[in-house]
Amino acid sequence: MTTRFTFGGDEHIFVEISEEMSLEAFFKSLSITNAVRDTEIKGVTEICPANASFQIKFNPDLIHPDDLLTELKRIEQNADLSDAVLNTRIIEIPVFYQDPWTNETLMRFRERHQDPTVTDLEYSARINGYDTVESFIAAHAGSPWFVSMVGFVSGLPFLYQMVEREKQIQVPKYLSPRTDTPKLTVGYGGCFSCIYSVRGAGGYQMFGITPMPIFDPEQKTSYLKDFMVFFKPGDIVKWKPINREEYDQALAEVDAGTFEPRIREVVFSLDDFNKDIEGTNTKLEEILYAN
Amino acid sequence: MPINVKTAGLSVTIQDLGRPGYYHLGIPMGGAMDRLALRAANLLVGNDEGAAALEAVFIGPELEFTEDALIAVTGGELPPKLDGETMETWTTIKVKSGQILTFDYLRSGARAYIAVSGGIDTAPALGSRSTYAIGALGGVEGRAIAPGDVLPIGASRGSIAEGTTLPKELRRTPGNPVELRVLPGLYWHRLTDAAGERFFSETWKVASEADRMGYRFQGGTPIEFVERKQPFGAGSDPSNITDSCYPYGSIQIPGGTEPIILHRDAVSGGGFFTIGAVISADMDLIGQLQPHTPTKFVKVNMHTALAARRERSALIEGIRDVIT
Repeated sequence: MTTRFTFGGDEHIFVEISEEMSLEAFFKSLSITNAVRDTEIKGVTEICPANASFQIKFNPDLIHPDDLLTELKRIEQNADLSDAVLNTRIIEIPVFYQDPWTNETLMRFRERHQDPTVTDLEYSARINGYDTVESFIAAHAGSPWFVSMVGFVSGLPFLYQMVEREKQIQVPKYLSPRTDTPKLTVGYGGCFSCIYSVRGAGGYQMFGITPMPIFDPEQKTSYLKDFMVFFKPGDIVKWKPINREEYDQALAEVDAGTFEPRIREVVFSLDDFNKDIEGTNTKLEEILYAN
Repeated sequence: MPINVKTAGLSVTIQDLGRPGYYHLGIPMGGAMDRLALRAANLLVGNDEGAAALEAVFIGPELEFTEDALIAVTGGELPPKLDGETMETWTTIKVKSGQILTFDYLRSGARAYIAVSGGIDTAPALGSRSTYAIGALGGVEGRAIAPGDVLPIGASRGSIAEGTTLPKELRRTPGNPVELRVLPGLYWHRLTDAAGERFFSETWKVASEADRMGYRFQGGTPIEFVERKQPFGAGSDPSNITDSCYPYGSIQIPGGTEPIILHRDAVSGGGFFTIGAVISADMDLIGQLQPHTPTKFVKVNMHTALAARRERSALIEGIRDVIT
C-alpha cells in the first residue's frame, strides 16, 4: 500500500491509502482518522473515512494547507494495524431480489447501461461467470459483508464482501449515473454492495430492494429513535433473500413500528479473518442466528 | 407572525449557512448555494449573516405578510414586487402587514435570496434550518415550500434604514463566459497531459442537469485516460475508482465525457474519479449559472486559491462596513 496525499481545492486534503480495496486499507484509514480525531488539530472541520481512503475538510483561515498536510503525514507514519480488532455488530438485512421497482427504474435508464439488452442482475451474473441469476443471488447472499464506508447520501453503507478475493463479485458502475434510484435499493458497483438510503441519483447496478429503512430523519422507525442513521463503518451485514409476500409483511411491520432487525454483538479481528475466512464467517453466522 | 405561501415559485427552499459535521455519514453541509448573496440579504434586514432565508431558483414565490417587516432580495436579478409595484434588489424594503410580495421574471443569475427581518424560524435539523430535500431534512418538512405553507418568522432585532442599498461593486455576479478557478489534484494523474490541457482550454456549457447537488457541463472533448490495469474494487471503466470521498467543489467526469461539479448538497463519496476542485472563493458563482452558460475552467495553484479566498473575505467585510 502506498499512501497518496492530495489537496481537494483549498478546503480538503484527500488521502488515498491504496488504489485497491482491501480490509487492510480500510483498517489503516480507520486508524489514521481516529488518530486525527484524537489529535484535535486546529481548523479541521470534518473527518470522513472511506473504503480505502479518507478526506479531511479544514478551514484554511485557521491552518495553512501545507501545515495540515505535514501533520497528517506525521500521523500516517505512526499508524499501525495492531488494533485491527473491532467490537461491532452483525445485522441481518432482508432483500427482495429482482423486485418490480428497481426493474422499472433500470428499464428507464437502459441507455446509460453497458448492456441495454439485459437486466442489471443478468449482466452482473454473466460477467462474473455465473450461469444463472439465481446462482449469482445465492453468491451475493451467501457470505457476510463488511461496512467499509458510510456516505454518498444520508447513511448509505458501502459493503465489502467477506470472501477470498478471487470469489469477490465485481461489476462496473453505470456508464453515466442515473438521476433516479428507488429508496432502499440494494446496489452494486466495483467490489461494493450498497443500500440506497433515500431515493435519488446513483451509478450502481440494481439487484433488489430491502423493506428495512436505514435512514429516518423523523426518527419514527423503532430502531432509529436514538439516531437517524443506522449504519456505521465496521458493521457486518448478512443478506436474507425474501419473496414478495415476505417483503410486504416486513413493510407492514416497519409501518406498525414492530419490525426489529436481527442484530448481535460480535468481535471482528482482521488477523483471525485472514487466517480462516470461512471459519470466521461461520462463527459470525452462528452468533447471528443463536437465540 | 408568519408569512403565508400563496404560490410556491420553483424549488424555493429555506437555506442558511448549512450543517457541517455530518458529511462522514453522507449528510452534506448544504446551505445557500450563493453564500455571499445570503449574507448580504441578511445584513440588509438587520439579521445575523447566517439567518435562514428563502432561496428561489429562476422563479420567485408569492408571499403574504401578516406583520410589518424588512425584506431584501439579493443574488440573481429577480425583481421583487410589493402589491404589484416593482422594488429594487439588493436594497432594504419595508413591507406592511397584509402586503403581497411577488416577483418579476429573472433577469440574470439563477438563484435569488429573500431575507426577512427576524429570519425564517422553522425548526432546525442537525443544527441547521437548511432544506436538504434528498434527505428530507430541514426547511418545511424537508422539502421545497408549497402553497398553503405558513413560514414562522423570528423576532426582529435590527434597525436598518429603508432604502439601504449595496453598491454594485460589492455585488458579485458571474461574467460571460464565466470563469471558475480550479485547483488540479485528487485523481488528476488519471488524465493524459493532452486531456488535461484541453480541459482548461475548451469552453464548456452548463447542462440541464444542474441543481444543489451538482452542476453538469457539456461540450468539451471526452477525456483520454492514462492507461492502467483497473485497481481491484474500482470497476472496469477507466473513470471508476475504489469508492472514496468527494470534496465540495470537486469535479468528476463519469465515463470521461461530462464534468460534474459537486455543490452544497454534494454526495459525500462515490466511485468516479475527480480531477480537482473549484476553489472555495468561486463556489458562490456556480449557483448563479443558468443552463447553456459558457464556462471556462481556469487552472490555479494553492497560493492563488488562498489569495482569492482572502479577497472574498475582504468583499464580505466591505459589505458589512457599508450596511452596518
